[in-house]
Amino acid sequence: MSFASSDSATRQSAGNAITPEDIIASENKAPEDVATYAMYLGDDALILAQRLGYWISRAPEMEEDVALANIAQDQLGHARFLLSYAGSAWGKTEDELAYFRDTHEFYSCRLVEQENGDFGQTIARQLIFATYQYELFSRLVDSKDETLAAVAAKALKEVMYHLDHAAQWTLRLGDGTEESHRRMQEGLYYMWPYVDELFADDDLLRDLADRGIAVLPSTLRESFDQRIQPIIEQATLEIPDVAGAFGGDRSGRFSEHRGHILGEMQVLARQFPGATW
Amino acid sequence: MSQHNVDASWPLYEVFVRSSRGLSHVHAGSLHAPDATMALRNARDLYTRRNEGTSVWVVPSDAISSSDPDSKGGFFESSQGKAFRHATYYTKSEGVKHL
Amino acid sequence: MSTTSIHSDAPVADLDEQRAGQERFDQIIAEDSRIEPSDWMPEGYRKTLVRQMSQHAHSEIIGMQPEANWITRAPSLKRKMILMAKVQDEAGHGLYLYSATETLGVPREELVRQLLDGEAKYSSIFNYPAMTWADVGAIGWLVDGAAIQNQVPLCRASFAPYGRAMVRICKEESFHQRQGWEILYELSHGTPEQKAMAQDAVNRFYGPALQMFGPPDDDSPNSQQSMAWNIKRFSNDELRQRFVDMIVPQAEALGLTLPDPDLKWNEERGHYDFGELDWDEFMSVIKGKGPCNVQRMQHRRAAHENGAWVREAAAAYAEKQARRQQDAADTHLIGA
Repeated sequence: MSFASSDSATRQSAGNAITPEDIIASENKAPEDVATYAMYLGDDALILAQRLGYWISRAPEMEEDVALANIAQDQLGHARFLLSYAGSAWGKTEDELAYFRDTHEFYSCRLVEQENGDFGQTIARQLIFATYQYELFSRLVDSKDETLAAVAAKALKEVMYHLDHAAQWTLRLGDGTEESHRRMQEGLYYMWPYVDELFADDDLLRDLADRGIAVLPSTLRESFDQRIQPIIEQATLEIPDVAGAFGGDRSGRFSEHRGHILGEMQVLARQFPGATW
Repeated sequence: MSQHNVDASWPLYEVFVRSSRGLSHVHAGSLHAPDATMALRNARDLYTRRNEGTSVWVVPSDAISSSDPDSKGGFFESSQGKAFRHATYYTKSEGVKHL
Repeated sequence: MSTTSIHSDAPVADLDEQRAGQERFDQIIAEDSRIEPSDWMPEGYRKTLVRQMSQHAHSEIIGMQPEANWITRAPSLKRKMILMAKVQDEAGHGLYLYSATETLGVPREELVRQLLDGEAKYSSIFNYPAMTWADVGAIGWLVDGAAIQNQVPLCRASFAPYGRAMVRICKEESFHQRQGWEILYELSHGTPEQKAMAQDAVNRFYGPALQMFGPPDDDSPNSQQSMAWNIKRFSNDELRQRFVDMIVPQAEALGLTLPDPDLKWNEERGHYDFGELDWDEFMSVIKGKGPCNVQRMQHRRAAHENGAWVREAAAAYAEKQARRQQDAADTHLIGA
């Protein structure tokens, strides 16, 4: 399949961008370790899309309904690419992975599982996560795994916009009114304990990174800090001085929210196992 | 339209989209945004969701001056009846190549 | 563009001007040409348009809710994606229509206030709940189908910004009805439980969808004027009939039935006959007694109120930035 060359995946026309269907139709099968890594990334995107999707019809202004829906669709698109690819290792579909894994079988980081809260809290989560994803995909485009590289190339362009969106809003909320400054700062404080987890390595990641397939998260931290700090400072806000939350590391310890998120997301699919929609 | 800033309502912007290289920007519609930076982003989200554009302009609506519709007769009369401004007015050269 | 002086509450001295305006307006309508916002127009025309277009915009925005209700529970990732895109479109369509309405001199802020204060109406179909996933399909197929039937002729509405907004909306909306039909198709060809779910949704949405075209022509006093002004091109009953004729074969293709014992082909008329609709229910939903009237308004108000601090912040930031630029420019002048 030609989609896997990053050349065709980076073409400007949407008509030529890769689609989840391309991945499904592809004969590229993920080795199991690569598939697990794809689930790390795919689960993050899926849970974030789920969180952002809730905003649609509830945004602070109707233009923002459209903007958040765009970002949610981008993230859901990434999730579909990655879970479809992951599923190829075990002959499973994206939906089997999304709807029929239990809470302890997901790999999502706790940051994306955090509640939307007010718009400031959501923007804080967006700023942190988009910065992280931007650094991640900037490097993953060079992955030796063709499919991951192609997905990263598509995702990178979209995430650049997510980062811009989050940065613009951080600026406006931080340097807007007294109330917005307070709320935005609180949002950052609420989300910041979950930053460290994004950059935690494990054996799988180390092994895949050694082989040029994965990006070792710890190596992204410095550029993450360098990118996010000036945005927060320009917004007249401060980097929260808080300890990273203990646990996590995608090791099977997850937030209390995950059960609720999956309970809602999976309820209908699980009422009709094996059904098509 | 200079709206009084109750409830911090955002000003109106007109959006112009260039659908592909080589074409003019065309008026697509309008939207509200707090400033031009956000107006551009909102325009991208609202008016190019289906690959409609390669370039977007936003202009504050109140920065646009328009001709007075009720003076239609006067304003646009002069160009009426001046067929000599058009190539089709010159018929003698019919049949002559490259003219 | 946005606003210009179009009000006809002019002093007596302007009577001549008004007469000339009316003549030109009548001529444009007679030629079936288009009125632009800056043209003179009768006050009744302007009011009718503001009412109709803003109701239309409100319907798009309120109409996001029943389907948004299912975004987090959509049963496959593909359906979740499609649903997000569809609800997003509805927000977009609301915005197109608000900005088209604004060209008539009423700012969006005021239109939103009318909605939130309960002064303005929106399509009463959205006061019915989306109880099951099949309802998402029924809404797409029947509700959007009826909407499109209404909207296609509006692309030729005499008021140009309305027509232009409708062209864009109709283009984008062509997928809405299809995706709804496809949801029902998958269900009706799935398990017996899925099929029952689909049939139940169609049973509940059929009547209200037919009522979206408005009351029967005999009870629709404003329609005549709207047709004379080339805003409306077909009567409520004409559009309803076309819709019924369209959906009967579509229902057959789904393998589902329409809940109307009087529905049958009339050879003589060349149309389907259908039964009397429950207009008492229609009126009571319009008057606020629908299953979700209160919920829909509360949801919209909450979004608006919870967003107030964000809108204020962005406006405050824009003001600060403008001031900073001004200060910088002043400093530059002094320095020079």
